[in-house]
Amino acid sequence: MSDDAPLDWIARAGKRAKGKRPEYFDDPAIDRLLSLATALASEVSVLRERLDTVERLLEAGGSLERRAIEEYVPDTAAGYERGVATKAYIARIMRGYQQEVEALEAVDPPVQDWVEKLARE
Amino acid sequence: MTQEVPPPYTALTRHPMMPRVDHDEAARFNFLANFNRYLSGTIGAGNKLAYEKRVLPAFRAEHGRDPQHRNEIRKAMNRDPWHRMWSALKRNSMELRQHNGRQTTLRQLDQLDALARQFNAHSGQLELDPAVAQPHYQTAVDIHCQPGGYHTEERAGDVAAGANYDVGIFATTGGAMGALNDGGGAAVAEWAKRAHPDFRPKRILDIGATVGHNALPIAQAFPDAEVIAIDTAGASLRYGAARAAGLGVKNIRFVQASGEDLSRWPDGYFDWVQTTMFLHELSGKALPKVLGEASRVLAPGGLIFHIEQPEYSDAMPLYEQFMRDWDAFNNNEPFWSSMHAFDLKDVITRAGFPRDAQFEVGVRAVVDRTIFPDAPSGEAEDYGRAAVWNAYGAWKPLAQVAAA
Repeated sequence: MSDDAPLDWIARAGKRAKGKRPEYFDDPAIDRLLSLATALASEVSVLRERLDTVERLLEAGGSLERRAIEEYVPDTAAGYERGVATKAYIARIMRGYQQEVEALEAVDPPVQDWVEKLARE
Repeated sequence: MTQEVPPPYTALTRHPMMPRVDHDEAARFNFLANFNRYLSGTIGAGNKLAYEKRVLPAFRAEHGRDPQHRNEIRKAMNRDPWHRMWSALKRNSMELRQHNGRQTTLRQLDQLDALARQFNAHSGQLELDPAVAQPHYQTAVDIHCQPGGYHTEERAGDVAAGANYDVGIFATTGGAMGALNDGGGAAVAEWAKRAHPDFRPKRILDIGATVGHNALPIAQAFPDAEVIAIDTAGASLRYGAARAAGLGVKNIRFVQASGEDLSRWPDGYFDWVQTTMFLHELSGKALPKVLGEASRVLAPGGLIFHIEQPEYSDAMPLYEQFMRDWDAFNNNEPFWSSMHAFDLKDVITRAGFPRDAQFEVGVRAVVDRTIFPDAPSGEAEDYGRAAVWNAYGAWKPLAQVAAA
């Protein structure tokens, strides 16, 4: 990639850290599911905090008709912004899977090997 | 009842180089700061319960004795379903912190790079040396699961590594490091001023400074001193120098150099050589080399001061050693385990500081307590991340000049 090319920040942000990831469960599917669940838990917390911000701001200075939410249609720019946000969101909750694919391409000994090697060298 | 919660992310100081965070990005870090406290505090106790109620009895039944080493406990605990689930949650929390920090940083990298270039072009506080090699103990794995470690560039000349470190350390430490994430350095500066009011260092060296979180408070506390912050990772130094310039701290320079080779500085050049949470990121051979060089460049009567987690002495229960060892195996800190098993005082002695010149003190992060609460310690301590440390220090004997 040349230095001037735009950086694909969503793809790059999910890069896996070098070093073999411990397998916490006998079935790797559980590791993947837990990654998804913790990320989802985080995002639900974020949504609640955002909603709380909106409610407090409305209460402090304005009002909102609930019907307006149901009938809201984003314009082109808003539609795009939401698309980018959703794409970045998916990258966040799917990290476990995406990094397993990266790991399949890497040759990483178990961290234990480095533990022993670095104690000696 | 007042609940103990981390401060909101928005309590952090938005210095010029700090990546901007939008509402949800701040909320993600708020979640993680809270979640980490939950893992180490609320449900962290499950590990000890699992150990005492089933893992230890099963070990005794199988071996007819108690575990004799933390590694035996680790092997046994790694088969325990609770500890596995807890470790998996904690690992995920570390990965989320990195992922969130990298999304925030990389989406605005163009602006961050441009701003850093501006600061660094005008301040003269950055000196990079591309000839400095990244040591193998920095590149073997990406330390604390930070993709690319401290050193990897996303593109030539960028500041992503340092910016991501700065923007997300709040989550890792549960918000216990203060508004500039500098509670460690502030604690060192406060200790020096309080314990040694007559100490007037002229030249201070901080080895393994990364973005200078902990070196800056020292520079601010000693405005007449010249502080040199070195690291092998140019990608972190670039951000650190720009961060310092943005904060208006001028008596510090960020220089790319390895602690193993300080040959560009003559014997006795510095009055104070500092490392903060750095020695555990070296290797068995590099550690004595770094301490030896630190000793050489230190002036007689000068101070070396190393902030670290406490060593695994015989007095520390094996179970606590095992818990403190978690990061070595689960958070890519491969030298952590062996480093903390060293008697650091012995290594410092071999570097030229007699035992009677050495001292040990406990330090806690110095932060604005009205906003940033005390970090939990004791049973609820988040081992390896808590803002409480041991400091290993020594004053270089004056007599050594004659002996050398």
